[in-house]
Amino acid sequence: MSVVELKAVTKTFPRGNVTALENIDLALEPGEFVSLIGPSGCGKSTLLRVIGDLIEPSSGSVTVNGKSARQARADRDYGIVFQDAVLFDWRTVAKNIALPLELLGWDRAKRRERVERMLSLVELTGFADHHPWQLSGGMQQRVAIARALAFEPALLLMDEPFGALDEMTRERLNLELLSIWQQLSSTVVFVTHSISEAVFLSTRVVVMSPRPGRIAGIVPIDLPRPRSVETREAPRYFELVTQVRELLRQRGEHLLPEEEARIAE
Amino acid sequence: MAAVLAALVGFYELYHWVWASAGWTWPFPVDDTSMPHVWVILHALWQPAQVNQPALGTILFHKSLFTAKEAAAGFALGAVVGFGLGVVLVHSRLLTRGFLPYIVASQTIPILAIAPMVVVWVNPKLPGSLQGWGSVAVIAAYLTFFPVAINTLRGLQSADPRALDLMRTYAAGRWTVLWKLRVPTSLPYVFSALKIAATASVVGAIIGELPSGLQSGLGGAILNFNQYYSIEPQELWATNIVAAILGIVFFVAVVSAEKVAVRRAPENVG
Repeated sequence: MSVVELKAVTKTFPRGNVTALENIDLALEPGEFVSLIGPSGCGKSTLLRVIGDLIEPSSGSVTVNGKSARQARADRDYGIVFQDAVLFDWRTVAKNIALPLELLGWDRAKRRERVERMLSLVELTGFADHHPWQLSGGMQQRVAIARALAFEPALLLMDEPFGALDEMTRERLNLELLSIWQQLSSTVVFVTHSISEAVFLSTRVVVMSPRPGRIAGIVPIDLPRPRSVETREAPRYFELVTQVRELLRQRGEHLLPEEEARIAE
Repeated sequence: MAAVLAALVGFYELYHWVWASAGWTWPFPVDDTSMPHVWVILHALWQPAQVNQPALGTILFHKSLFTAKEAAAGFALGAVVGFGLGVVLVHSRLLTRGFLPYIVASQTIPILAIAPMVVVWVNPKLPGSLQGWGSVAVIAAYLTFFPVAINTLRGLQSADPRALDLMRTYAAGRWTVLWKLRVPTSLPYVFSALKIAATASVVGAIIGELPSGLQSGLGGAILNFNQYYSIEPQELWATNIVAAILGIVFFVAVVSAEKVAVRRAPENVG
């Protein structure tokens, strides 16, 4: 059974009569790491929000773990990470990670035990009692990942989670995310602007084109695992990066120059 | 702070001396009645205001305790009502649009015009132990609920939309979102309002005492010393100083509570 199944999903925003998504069909198998990539306005974040039932599609169906997206949200089937960490300033790191566990009604002892495990998973042991503003951007984003994964959701939705970080931090967190993903074997939907990031992380890269948002093509990534720093230097890696870039180019004839520049990064 | 106080006292006395010795009468003639010396005012606190009475300072201390009781009850009542209004209004745009104009209008009516009506309406309903001062507390609450309601509403609305999305992904209900996200976000706003409300509650209590005919508080003392101002101005001045100190005590209490309750990034504390 697919973890996520989208059938003929279309989303139009009445204001400005924008078609953000048109006729999207996509199925995600358990344990997959799927990246959504495309220029601004291609609807990749909209697609992620449709999967998470943060917005409703205008037509088509969204099935998560065999249920409607609404039911899946009510059952807390997924965790989410945004571009900004969105941590609660008034809570310590440990209490931020414990937030979903509190809402699930876990008792204190169980929460503490899980928070400790998550802290060591994202390598932040010793920062439990810090407040978010005392952490760097990269550390904050690791707390957000720990919070999203704390209740072991089957599905992890990530909306440009490393977009606001510098290149070095981003590459380090890419590696960390892969190791976490392998330990927890959850399914990941990952929205990004970066071709290299998408190819490095994913089992499949879904390339989207804008106005209206459509799937331009899907590139399976057959790089061996576990992936490491060397992966980024392998010839096959460059082939795949080129393949994704070509797909973005073909469909991007009507792109604005700054979007073109962004994709070429 | 002590330096500022000393400077203010110095400025007051200097002004007194310059205007009195030059004989200037603008904006008002300066003499020992219009501006009694600071030491005369302070000395009055140690003197009985009338024969066979304790020192004025002692009397004013007891009166300020009475007014403090009214103000504290009014502050608490106003804070609870204001916070409650904010919580209700944040959940309904319709109610906000319907009620907010009237809440604003309530504050355009002078408190002195409302106070006698409140006394007439509220006092008969109060149990014996609340008689008199209870209606004054309601008048003080009338002044305090407004800033609290407005700022609570603003604070509850200021929750980060992405944080609201996050709570939505946890399928959190309205009350959970309120207590885990909206209320903590609103606290700096609420405390800004409580600081205004703290001093307003003291003003409200003093004004509320005037039409109530209460003699036990600072309002009664002010009314009383007003009548003797041309003879003994220092007594009214001394009463005003005590009233100011009471307001400052209330303000400091709220600031202390804020330090305990609000944990924020240092740059966000304001």
